[in-house]
Amino acid sequence: MPKKKESIDRRNFLKGAALGAAAVVANPSVASAQPAAARPAAPVPPRPPEPRAADISAARVLTTDRPGADFMVDAIKSLNIEYVCANPGSDFRGLHESLINYGGNKTPEFITCTHEESSVAIGHGYAKIEGKPLLALAHGTVGLQHASMALYNAYCDRVPVMMIVGNTMDVKARRANVVWDHSALDAAAMVRDYTKWDDQPASLQHFAESVVRAYKIAMTPPMMPVLLVADTELQERPVPAGETPRVPKLTLASPPLGDSGAVKEAARLLAGAENPLIVVDRGARTAEGLKLLVELAETLQAAVIDQGGRMNFPSRHALNQTDRARAVIANADVILGLEVSDLFDTVNFSSWQMDVGTRPLTKPGVKMIAVSSMDLYLKSNYQDFQRYVELELAIAADAEATLPSLIEAVKVSMNDDRRGVAQERGKKLAAARQAALEQARTEATYGWDASPVSTGRLCAELWGQIKNEDWSLVSDVSPWVSRWPQRLWSFDKYYQFIGGPGAYGIGYGAPAAVGAALANRKYGRLSVNIQGDGDLMYAPGVLWTAAHHNIPLLSIMHNNRGYQQEVMLVQQMADEHNRGITRAGIGTTITDPNIDYAGLAKSLGVHGEGPITDPAELGPAIKRAIEVVKRGEPALIDLVTQPR
Amino acid sequence: MNGFFTRNGLPRDARDGQRSRGIRGRFRPLLLLFPVLAMWCFARPESRAQNSAPAAKTAAAPAGNAQNGKKLFISFGCYECHGTVGQGARSAGMRIGPPPLDLEGLTDYVRAPAGEMPPYTAKVVSDQELSDIYAYLSSIPKPPPAKSIPLLN
Repeated sequence: MPKKKESIDRRNFLKGAALGAAAVVANPSVASAQPAAARPAAPVPPRPPEPRAADISAARVLTTDRPGADFMVDAIKSLNIEYVCANPGSDFRGLHESLINYGGNKTPEFITCTHEESSVAIGHGYAKIEGKPLLALAHGTVGLQHASMALYNAYCDRVPVMMIVGNTMDVKARRANVVWDHSALDAAAMVRDYTKWDDQPASLQHFAESVVRAYKIAMTPPMMPVLLVADTELQERPVPAGETPRVPKLTLASPPLGDSGAVKEAARLLAGAENPLIVVDRGARTAEGLKLLVELAETLQAAVIDQGGRMNFPSRHALNQTDRARAVIANADVILGLEVSDLFDTVNFSSWQMDVGTRPLTKPGVKMIAVSSMDLYLKSNYQDFQRYVELELAIAADAEATLPSLIEAVKVSMNDDRRGVAQERGKKLAAARQAALEQARTEATYGWDASPVSTGRLCAELWGQIKNEDWSLVSDVSPWVSRWPQRLWSFDKYYQFIGGPGAYGIGYGAPAAVGAALANRKYGRLSVNIQGDGDLMYAPGVLWTAAHHNIPLLSIMHNNRGYQQEVMLVQQMADEHNRGITRAGIGTTITDPNIDYAGLAKSLGVHGEGPITDPAELGPAIKRAIEVVKRGEPALIDLVTQPR
Repeated sequence: MNGFFTRNGLPRDARDGQRSRGIRGRFRPLLLLFPVLAMWCFARPESRAQNSAPAAKTAAAPAGNAQNGKKLFISFGCYECHGTVGQGARSAGMRIGPPPLDLEGLTDYVRAPAGEMPPYTAKVVSDQELSDIYAYLSSIPKPPPAKSIPLLN
């Protein structure tokens, strides 16, 4: 948001200037400090007289029927973008007005946000469900700096988000001091390390081509955020007379496929393996990707580890061995990694502790194959590419697009003998999967009646009330609630899970949930969010956004009253340093006072209940909240929980 | 911010039986029975061995005070990873009851943990305090079987 500087009182300024001049005259040392033999300056032409206000008014054209921003809206509308998320900013006031009036506030519709990080993270969550970007607007300076963390999450998560920021290049157009503070020579520079592409169009035709190009680039795997800088003059001044800028046609690039020879070799290795293993992280980009992964796994009767970057594989499928990851990794002779963000850490032991080192978790001679679009686009500065992995085959391609040819090649490679081996293998894996489910249910009984409420109880209560609905879990729960949903629930549709933030940047959860719920709304799905307390407090105003725009979303606070990961890490340091083991809560817990999240929700227009500490009260509260959500509104239950 | 978890969706847990050390008494059979739950039980480097000398065993362990043990279980941060009733968490610390293991095994493990669990040496936690914590863990009732809970079926 712009911050207007204090203006200088003119009378005091003149008085100060006069005193300063008098001091120079009265103090010869100041005057004598000037170079005695200064080079004579070139003659400066006299400043032309300032036009009188009356003359300006007479000469100035005060209105226009066709500002440049109208054409920008034409270009944006050609991309069929559903929503534009922003809190207002003077640097894009022209585009803002054109979107709501000329554009009719439809496709895109304005979603009012209270923080730029929320704007982008809403787009992150939305894209996880809808498979395409929405648009976020911000100041080129003060807004983009707020938005930068959300951009980094989306970049690391390979998610497309479109962003347009306002900026003023020409000094003549920088109307007041605040505009100087909000102008940059290269506004996109600060996020260039974690955006896929940016541009600063110099004309409306340039804008049209760049906005279409940006969309295409964002949607080409590996998908990532893109950014355009829209000059304020380009937005606000009329379309130049005689110019007829044109919006070019969008043609999305087909996703990159794996080389046919490499795919055949991969299929040969997998078909011949005694214990093939598929590890998938962001392998499924769409519902079709999930179906293809099931087909590949069933064709091979291979174990699957779903690392949960996307909804890749049905949680209760007999071949889903995620709960037995260590066992199937140790047993595998061929491992296929599909869009795995950290394959090294998947197959190697590592530790949070110093000096422990790493060692393979796999058996000797294992052959590893990676299909990853990360090989097609990497940047240097931020190190999200992880450690280098030694592979048998590295296929630089989009995994989902490569799956059909891989499946066909596997089928060709499987003879009757291999199919028989595969069927026997599948029976054993199915039995192990069922045993893991029973084990998870038994583990959930521990702490069942505890207060604070156990995360197992939380997830069991929630599942009991949503399992017959068309539900969608719009939060990352893998570590924070011990993967209980994946262990206890039955996920079998692509939109039922959206994965995590990408860069583990806290503050993503709440806005991403709102964005995913926004995408789910038109399908009538029940969006469910298990919401961390620390995460919500980064930008809780997103709850107001959900209320203001009638976004149905059930949030249950996982309120463990602390930044739990850091509680544990600081405790670890205190223990290792042999001192102060009762003080790890300093700087890590969120207590004294405890935050009233139900009250916070209510103040932002959201149905709120809690705090709930008795697990017996949770089920009825969920039932009441679901009724609210089914009316098309957000609801929040403050549940005081065990740490994890 | 990151966590004690891996890309496999599992905790950084009992990955390294070969290098485990400090697991004595009746702990080891439990780890064999529940390999997934045995988080924190992978090796610590030899260079840290000086911090992990096992406590001297006594014929009669000090009697524990469960009420005080509950307070210590919270104030010493045990609950942070293991939960307030020792139920454990897949992305933090292993389940440590009910029922708990024997006091000797608990003491040995706390002094010389073999996983991500940090050491609690005698300098910061006395044997008496560990006995109190053990008494608290022993006082926690067993949960009902999963079959008896409709939400888990």
